[in-house]
Amino acid sequence: MSKENIYRSHVLVCTGTGCVSSGAREIKDVFIDELHENEIENEVRVVETGCHGFCERGPIAIVYPEGVFYSELKENDVAEIVEEHLLKGRIVDRLLYVDDDKEKVPGYSDIAFYKKQKRIALKNCGRIDPENIDEYIANGGYEAMGIAFTELDQDKVIEMVKDSGLRGRGGGGFPTGLKWSFAAKSVSNKKYVICNADEGDPGAFMDRSILEGDPHKIIEGMAIAGYAIGADEGYVYVRAEYPLAIKRLRKAIKDAEEYGLLGDDIFGSGFNFKLNIKEGAGAFVCGEETALMASIEGKRGMPTPRPPYPAVKGLWGKPTNINNVETFANIPFIVQEGPEAFSSYGTEGSPGTKVFALTGKINNTGLVEVPMGTTLREVIFDIGGGLQENRKFKAVQTGGPSGGCIPEEYLDLPIDYDSLLEVGAMMGSGGMVVMDDNTCMVDVSRFFLNFTQSESCGKCTPCREGTKRMLEILNRITEGEGKSGDIKLLRELAEHIRDTSLCGLGQSAPNPVLSTLQYFENEYIAHIEDEKCPAGVCPDLKGAYYVLEDDCIGCGICMKACPVDAISGKPKEVYTIDSEACISCGVCADKCPKDAIAVG
Amino acid sequence: MTCACQQAEKVNKYLEPLYRIMKNYEVDEKNLIPVLQQAQEEYGYLPEEVLKEIAVSLDLSLSQVYGVVTFYTQFHLEPRGENIIRVCTGTACHVRGAGEVLDVFREELGIDNGGTTEDLKFTLETVACIGACGLAPVIMVNDNTHGRLNAESTREVLNKYR
Repeated sequence: MSKENIYRSHVLVCTGTGCVSSGAREIKDVFIDELHENEIENEVRVVETGCHGFCERGPIAIVYPEGVFYSELKENDVAEIVEEHLLKGRIVDRLLYVDDDKEKVPGYSDIAFYKKQKRIALKNCGRIDPENIDEYIANGGYEAMGIAFTELDQDKVIEMVKDSGLRGRGGGGFPTGLKWSFAAKSVSNKKYVICNADEGDPGAFMDRSILEGDPHKIIEGMAIAGYAIGADEGYVYVRAEYPLAIKRLRKAIKDAEEYGLLGDDIFGSGFNFKLNIKEGAGAFVCGEETALMASIEGKRGMPTPRPPYPAVKGLWGKPTNINNVETFANIPFIVQEGPEAFSSYGTEGSPGTKVFALTGKINNTGLVEVPMGTTLREVIFDIGGGLQENRKFKAVQTGGPSGGCIPEEYLDLPIDYDSLLEVGAMMGSGGMVVMDDNTCMVDVSRFFLNFTQSESCGKCTPCREGTKRMLEILNRITEGEGKSGDIKLLRELAEHIRDTSLCGLGQSAPNPVLSTLQYFENEYIAHIEDEKCPAGVCPDLKGAYYVLEDDCIGCGICMKACPVDAISGKPKEVYTIDSEACISCGVCADKCPKDAIAVG
Repeated sequence: MTCACQQAEKVNKYLEPLYRIMKNYEVDEKNLIPVLQQAQEEYGYLPEEVLKEIAVSLDLSLSQVYGVVTFYTQFHLEPRGENIIRVCTGTACHVRGAGEVLDVFREELGIDNGGTTEDLKFTLETVACIGACGLAPVIMVNDNTHGRLNAESTREVLNKYR
C-alpha cells in the first residue's frame, strides 16, 4: 500500500445515500478540518464508508479501534468528539446511542440493532472505503477469485455453489448453482453474465447499499460466475436513480482493471473477463430478466415468453446467466469459506442469510442481514425496535408489489422462501414495510395495484387490462362507492391475471390484493357495507374526528390547528369537535400531543 | 426571412453538442439508450430535431427511437423545469405521509404531477421509490435528497430553490 502513515485511530463516516441526505458529507468535512486544527491529521484518518444500515440514526460515525458508535451527529458535535475522544481518549457520552432500556451503548456490536445480525453480503458495508480497492483486498477481497481461477475447474465452482444451497436473492429463490449449470452446459462462442441491479420495488434498497458500500464484491462475484459458465463479458444493469452506486461501481471497475483483476488472462489463468455498466431508464418491468436484456440491447424493455430461458438464448441470442446483486455478493464467501460454512446459517431449504430493508412505521428503519429462519418478530421488534410511538402492529408487507401482507398471528414465522409463500406473501428482493393500526389495508392494496398498473408494459392483455379493472374497483371501494359482489369480482380477476399473464410482473400483481383479502377481508366489508374506513385513512369514508375525553388534557392545540374552526372548548377542559363542521382533514389528530383524538 | 441555408446552419449549430456525444458511440442499436440519456442531459429534454439526428446516426428508424423514448419514464419530449422535484410515493413514504408533501407542491406551484411551471422554474414528478426509505417521506430536488418532511418543512425546502 502507498500509505506511509500508520494511523492510531480511524473515524468511519457513513456516506450511504441515507446519511448523505441527513448531512454526512458536511460532518466528514468538519472532522477533517478539526483534525487539522488540532494537528492530529497524521494520527487519525477519516474514511468514507458505505451504508451501516442504521439509516434511522444518520449521520453516523464509528471510531476505531474502540468501535464506538456515534449517531445523529450535528456539525457542532464534531469538535467535541475530536477534542474529547480523539485527543483525550474520553468517550463522548451524550452522543452515544441510547437503547430501549435508556442505557447508553458505546460499542457498535453491542447495539441491539446489530447484535442479532449476521453479515455475509454486507460484511464490508460500512467497514471499508468503497472507493479504495486496497481496503477491499486487505479484507480478503479477490481471494475467492484467485482460488477459483487458479485452483478450481469450472465444474467444481458450480458444484460449490450448488452445495451451498444458495437461492436467488432477487425474489424467485431459484437455486443459483443449478441456474449456473444450465448456462455452463449451453454451447456457444459467446456467453454473458448479467447482474440485475434494477431494484425497483418500493421500499427496497438492499442492492443500492451493497453497490454503494462494497462494489468490488459484486465484481468478484460476477467474475467467478463468468469463469464458471464460460462467459467473458458481463453487464451490471443498474437504475439511473442510483447515481452514487453507479459512480462507485464505475471507479471499482476501473481500479480492478488497473490491478489486472478484470481484463485478459486474470491471475495467469488464461481467463478473460470484462465488465460494463448499463444504466436503466426508469421502467419497473426491466427487473424482469427478459425485459432487462431487451433494454440492454437498446429496445423497449418488454418481456418475452420463456422458454427459451436466458441460459439457452439470452442477451443478443447468446447464453446468459442473470443473478441479483445480493446473490453475487454471497459468492466470494462461498468459494472462500466453503459451501458448508454458508449452509451452516439459515434453514435447510433456504441456507445462508438475507438482507432486508426495514421501513414503514418502525423505530429503526435501515438495512439488516439475518440468518434465514429468523422470525418476523425478532426482525421487527428485537432488531427494528418495534413500532413508532409504541403503536399496535397490524401487518408487515414483504416482497414489494409482488408480495403480500402478513398479519400479527404469523409474527413467529421463521422467514425463508417457502414459509413466506405458504402464508401468501413472498421473499421478493427483501423489502419489509411495517404497518400499524393507522394503516388501511384496502388503501395499501390499492397503492400496490396502482403501482403495478402504471408499470405494466402493456404487452399482454391480462396484465394491461386486468390490473386496470382491479384498480378501478379498489378506487371505488376506497371512495365509498363499493358494491356487494366487488370482493368476489376482485378475487376472480386476480386469479385470471395470475394464471394468464406473460411475465412475473403480471403474474404476481394481484398478490397484495389477494393477501389483504385473505387476512383483512373485514376491512373491505367495512368499506363496502358500512361505508367506513376503520383505520381512518380513506378521506371519503373517514367520518368525523372526535376527542377521547379521558385522554384530553385541555391544551387547546387542536383548536388552533383546525382550519375550519370546528373545535371549541376552554383551556384545561375537554375540547369538543363539531362533527358537522369537521372536514376530516386530520390536522388536529396529528398535532395532539396526547393522541387524544380519534376518527370514525 | 431566413433562407434555407441559414436555417440549416442554425440547426447544425443547435445539434453541435449532439455531434460531440455521437462521436463516442459506434453505430449500434445497443447504444441508443445511453445516447438518449446523454442527449437529454445536454438539452434538458429530447427535442424532435435531436431524435431525428440520433435515428440517422445510429441507423435506426425514427419510430423505433420514438418507441424507446416513450417507453421509459426517464425520457421527456417536452422542456423541463430548471429544478426537478421528485416526490417519492413508494410504500414507506406512502404510509408516512407522501400525499401531504405532494399536496404542498401542487398548491404552492399550481401544477399537477408531471407538470412544469410556466416560468420553467419547477417540474413536479412522483417516483415509485428512491431507496431512501429510512428518511420517509422523502423527495429529491435535482440530485439532493430531503427527508423526514411534513407540510411545513416541505415549504421550507421549496423556498430554498425559489
